[in-house]
Amino acid sequence: MSAGSSADLTFDLRVRRVSALSVFNVAVLGAVVLVAFLAPLVAPYPYDAQDTDALYAAPSSAHWMGTDRLGRDLLSRLVYGTRTSLLVGLASAVVALILGTAYGAVSGYVGGAVDRVLMRGLDVLYALPDLLLIILLSVLVGRGVPGMIVAISLVGWMTVARLVRGEMLRWRERPFVEAVRASGAGHARILFLHLLPQTVGPLIVTLTFRIPAGILAESTLSFVGLGIAAPQTSWGSLAGEGWSALKFYPHVILFPGLAIFLTMLAFNLLGDQLRDALDPTTESRGSS
Amino acid sequence: MIRVIARRIGWGLTVLWVVATLTFLLLRVVPGGPFDTEKQLPPEILAIIEAKYHLDEPAWRQYLRYLGGLATGDLGPSYKYLGRDVADILWETFPVSLALGLVALVLAVVVGLVFGILAGERPGTGIDRGGMVVATAGVALPNFVLGALLVLLASHRWHLLPPALWEGPRSLVLPALTLGLGPAAYIARLTRSSLLDVAHHDYLRTAHAKGLTRAMVLFKHQLPNALMPVVTVLGPLAAALVTGSFVVEYLFAIPGMGRFFITAVTNRDYPLIMGATLLYAALLVIANLVVDLAYAWLDPRVRVE
Repeated sequence: MSAGSSADLTFDLRVRRVSALSVFNVAVLGAVVLVAFLAPLVAPYPYDAQDTDALYAAPSSAHWMGTDRLGRDLLSRLVYGTRTSLLVGLASAVVALILGTAYGAVSGYVGGAVDRVLMRGLDVLYALPDLLLIILLSVLVGRGVPGMIVAISLVGWMTVARLVRGEMLRWRERPFVEAVRASGAGHARILFLHLLPQTVGPLIVTLTFRIPAGILAESTLSFVGLGIAAPQTSWGSLAGEGWSALKFYPHVILFPGLAIFLTMLAFNLLGDQLRDALDPTTESRGSS
Repeated sequence: MIRVIARRIGWGLTVLWVVATLTFLLLRVVPGGPFDTEKQLPPEILAIIEAKYHLDEPAWRQYLRYLGGLATGDLGPSYKYLGRDVADILWETFPVSLALGLVALVLAVVVGLVFGILAGERPGTGIDRGGMVVATAGVALPNFVLGALLVLLASHRWHLLPPALWEGPRSLVLPALTLGLGPAAYIARLTRSSLLDVAHHDYLRTAHAKGLTRAMVLFKHQLPNALMPVVTVLGPLAAALVTGSFVVEYLFAIPGMGRFFITAVTNRDYPLIMGATLLYAALLVIANLVVDLAYAWLDPRVRVE
């Protein structure tokens, strides 16, 4: 950009686009969180109440999203499914963050042979696709919400560990750390008060990518019947039920599919924005 | 170069050995055995079954037997498909998954590169903005939702393509689209941003200044450098196609490895789970090796190291 006015204009447009996207993100994610917390208030019916006169009913004023094969209200099931999906996504992301930070911090701070061994171990696990590992682990820990959280976080911590280790290596030898060490601070003090706080920014960005990854993993597994089992429900199991009724009752898969898509989109956009905001080099990466 | 390749192959074999050991351990500590049924089996029958599959031996003997079998390509008998070996089942189902995966890979790379280059070459134009909106949505759309959408429109509404099964090339179209479009969107976004990242380099200005055509600059100077990040994601992309394939095979009732993997997990058919896991791991190890070699070929600096 050479002319000042045109640069100003682009900047202006970018700011406006970002804020329009932010409204979308906040609206979608806010709605998801609210619905999950207020499920009993929002849902018009109990999630397992059957209306045997209305099996596979199309959307109507009584059932805004229609009903499923047992005559259960799909809006109510989607509302309670939101609770499950968000819980699995959030909890697995937080556990993954804690595990990964511990592993990465030890590896990066101690360094040397310990670091090499820990990182090699990580490389091996990286050789398997996430979803495959999650399925294998879920054989061990069982299905249902706790099993899903454990299996997903036991896979998700790996990216966090690599990130935190990288940050440790980056900050470990800085003068301010040396100064703290010279003034007699112990390892725990250096680690917790001076090094780990440096990782907060990248960790927040990671969180915005781990939560949707957890939701997607749970949805995919539940969709193929390896995740949350009846009578509990989640977005993925609802979509799975919709899949088997796709030909004649396409409304069943429509709303859970839309919920997953919009949530993924909102998280992706939010993550991109946060990363750009926290990383001052994004704009000039090419020329530096 | 040969030493680098030998070292990478050695590392790949180590990875496979660790994966084999881990899955063996994992499936041994799982509560409940493969022969737990609703009705308790009489102890005599259970003893016969366990003897047949060597489950009565100590764990270390079973482990050594398993590793020995692996070395000779014998993955043991399936617990659920009586009289069939895991290797046979994989041998039959793997080509199906491979065909699906390769078509999806080609689709993803071609579509992704074409749209990425179109967008990155003319940033800010209609095709750039429109393409990137579609790509952003495409990255966020889970493949089972995309598959449902495609089946609903192309099969149930317009009756263009079969909604399921594996009978001829026509039945390949929807599964390949379902599997490949998400990665295509990802590659398009990556190619675009990568082209823009290198766009301001001096060597491109020089190339323009010495009078090269726009196409020459793009294909000879800008693209080879911009493609490095794209090549890097081909390994993870292979992983995405592998894991995507069991969802897609489930969706379209395709008799591939992925669908058998899902049934094996539901059936607790441990030898089949282990065999499929190992084959997936081997595929990824090979994919990553190929990516590394491609990297060395594209970037002379890597070769020197």
